[in-house]
Amino acid sequence: MTSPAHRKSYGVKGAPYAFLLPAATLFALFFVLPIGYAIWLSFRKVHVSGLGLGVGARKEVWAGLENYKDALTDNEFYHGALRVLGYGCIVVPVMLGLALLFALMLDTERVRLAPFTRLAIFLPYAIPGVVAALLWGFLYLPSVSPFYYILDKLNLPQPDLLNGGALYLALSNIAVWGGTGFNMIVIYTSLRSIPAEVYEAAKLDGAGPLQIALKIKIPMVAPSLVLTFFFSIIATLQVFNEPTTLKPLTNSVSTTWSPLMKVYVDAFGKGDIYSAAAEATLIAIATLVLSFGFLRAANRRNKQEAAP
Amino acid sequence: MPNTKRTRLVASTIAVALGATALAACGSSNDSKAESGPVNLTFWSWAPGMDKVVDLWNKGPGKKDQITVTFKKQASGDTLVTKILTAHKAKTGPDLVQAEYQALPTLVSNGAVADISKEIGDTKSKFADGVWGQVTLGTDAVYAVPQDIGPLMFYYRADLFKKYGLTVPTTWDEFAQTARALKKKAPNLDLTTFSANDAGLFAGLAQQAGAKWWTASGNMWKVGINDAATQKVAKFWGGLVKEGAIDNQPMYTPAWNKALDTGKQIAWVSAVWAPGVLTTAAPDTKGKWAMAPLPQWNKGDDVTGSWGGSSTAVTTDSKHQAAAAKFAAWLNTNADAVDTMAKVGGIYPASTSAQTSGAFSSPPAYFPNQADFYTQAAKIAKATAASAWGPNVNVAYTSFNDAFGTAAKNKSDFVTALNTVQGTTLADMKKQGFGVSQ
Repeated sequence: MTSPAHRKSYGVKGAPYAFLLPAATLFALFFVLPIGYAIWLSFRKVHVSGLGLGVGARKEVWAGLENYKDALTDNEFYHGALRVLGYGCIVVPVMLGLALLFALMLDTERVRLAPFTRLAIFLPYAIPGVVAALLWGFLYLPSVSPFYYILDKLNLPQPDLLNGGALYLALSNIAVWGGTGFNMIVIYTSLRSIPAEVYEAAKLDGAGPLQIALKIKIPMVAPSLVLTFFFSIIATLQVFNEPTTLKPLTNSVSTTWSPLMKVYVDAFGKGDIYSAAAEATLIAIATLVLSFGFLRAANRRNKQEAAP
Repeated sequence: MPNTKRTRLVASTIAVALGATALAACGSSNDSKAESGPVNLTFWSWAPGMDKVVDLWNKGPGKKDQITVTFKKQASGDTLVTKILTAHKAKTGPDLVQAEYQALPTLVSNGAVADISKEIGDTKSKFADGVWGQVTLGTDAVYAVPQDIGPLMFYYRADLFKKYGLTVPTTWDEFAQTARALKKKAPNLDLTTFSANDAGLFAGLAQQAGAKWWTASGNMWKVGINDAATQKVAKFWGGLVKEGAIDNQPMYTPAWNKALDTGKQIAWVSAVWAPGVLTTAAPDTKGKWAMAPLPQWNKGDDVTGSWGGSSTAVTTDSKHQAAAAKFAAWLNTNADAVDTMAKVGGIYPASTSAQTSGAFSSPPAYFPNQADFYTQAAKIAKATAASAWGPNVNVAYTSFNDAFGTAAKNKSDFVTALNTVQGTTLADMKKQGFGVSQ
């Protein structure tokens, strides 16, 4: 313990820095340092000489941009990015569309059982992604799925959900099932914060529930829509759990289905942490560019609308 | 335990002194005095029941020699290899690790496991030559002590074979005919499936056909994943998948379990450890299965491949390599130790004498109808072809999953897939700088 006199003599000047210190230390230790190390590794590679069995046959050497060049010219990495793009084109609109729809429905005046419904829609979000993917994987396998059993009994066609184009639907479904609830809550919360006078004014002007929803509610929750879209883009680019969990169930999901899976395989399957570091850096850059690019575009539009 | 830290400090001080002695006395091996003194060893393994075996050591020979082993349960296979390599980079590796045979070259190449040829004495005589070759990698060094092996066999539903009038195939030709005959009699059933999610089985089948995927001569590796023998195996299975004689869905899925349990798939080419898998995958069909030797490429031949199997290796990070090697040798050759591993962990020992003793006098519980199960298994194990692993098996296996997964799905040419695996593996070795001959 320091005495008051002592504390005073330290002066006020240092105080902000002292307050900043814990956060700055943690930030440096657990954020800057690992990222810096990963970037450092991405410029290195291993060089083996001869059979690689003797002592010292394996050396870490400078690779320059070689790992980046390899990643950018790698067909699998590129195709993985395309697959994720296709997956994102299904997940993001469907998930946010449903979230908005549910939020608007829950916000209507004549809604029944609102708390229960809200919880029921939100609940899947509380289930860990791997468990959700396992659960759905089970339901997608024709010979063990109760759905297929019913389809079989009713003599209906039984789609193969784990191959071809349907695989994208199967994967998207897991993400939509798990993510809609969270996004709905974000949108719903912002709907509840719209003052009641706005609705009254609209009603006096003769607007019906549909018009209120389209012309008042949606524009007023636009910021949360932007936010949920932002989160969804990031989540999509990082898709890993669902395809990884479904992989053992089908021949159609390769070990490098998504770019992040390729990072994982390179680092932990092939033991090449250097290429993995380069690929991870590229994914991080792409995520930053796409998500912040979107935010900037959205903000610019908002500003234009605000200042006509 | 407040004393632990101090004990360890004392132990390591003594060990350093002992290490110096051992170095000075290099050449005069088997000096058990050099290995005495209180030593603590850490052992990473995934074998179920290994804690019981380690207890046995700590209470018996370990107590006498003051070598205490601490067992730490690990995830199996590739995950552990990555973990060992990472720990090795940080110089915090354990003293002993369980390593699959095909992972040994990778571990050796990374300098993670030590040569214990000087410390293990005449352990070699307890194992078949083919098995021993997997831990020496064809050099004078010894990188591990063999623990368990997985010779390939043919498992089939005896009752359903009888029902459909099928005979147990002794050659691969007969195997194909059996698959077709079953399709004719019961179109909804499959003899078996070609699964692309475990390269180990395919590697074993290629090994049976005489394939040598990695061979070293001088300072160069030669990669022969698409050699003539493997191409023959690939063509055979690719043909069966293409004509629809067998299924193409992966194994180890809920659907596969159900297919085995309900008799939709009536045979499985697997290894000696299959009873353990079948017990959980197809519990309702206990007693209905039977085991036979693997079909042969030429009538009258008697050779098999292996799928899985592992060894106990001493790490280069260990400060007590002699003590660790002593434990590794005891673990895999001592009758009590091997018996406990077999009974509790269900492993099939690499040690020849252990294969017919104790735990293996009666058949596995899942095969009550086949009294001579283990007698036959020991006979089959003896005829295991030599294996040839290289330093990037992990890369080849990953490539296999993807290339053969696609080929099985599209029912396309398996040889093309095989060439992809060869190309990827070769390119990876060249990229890393290994000496590679064409």
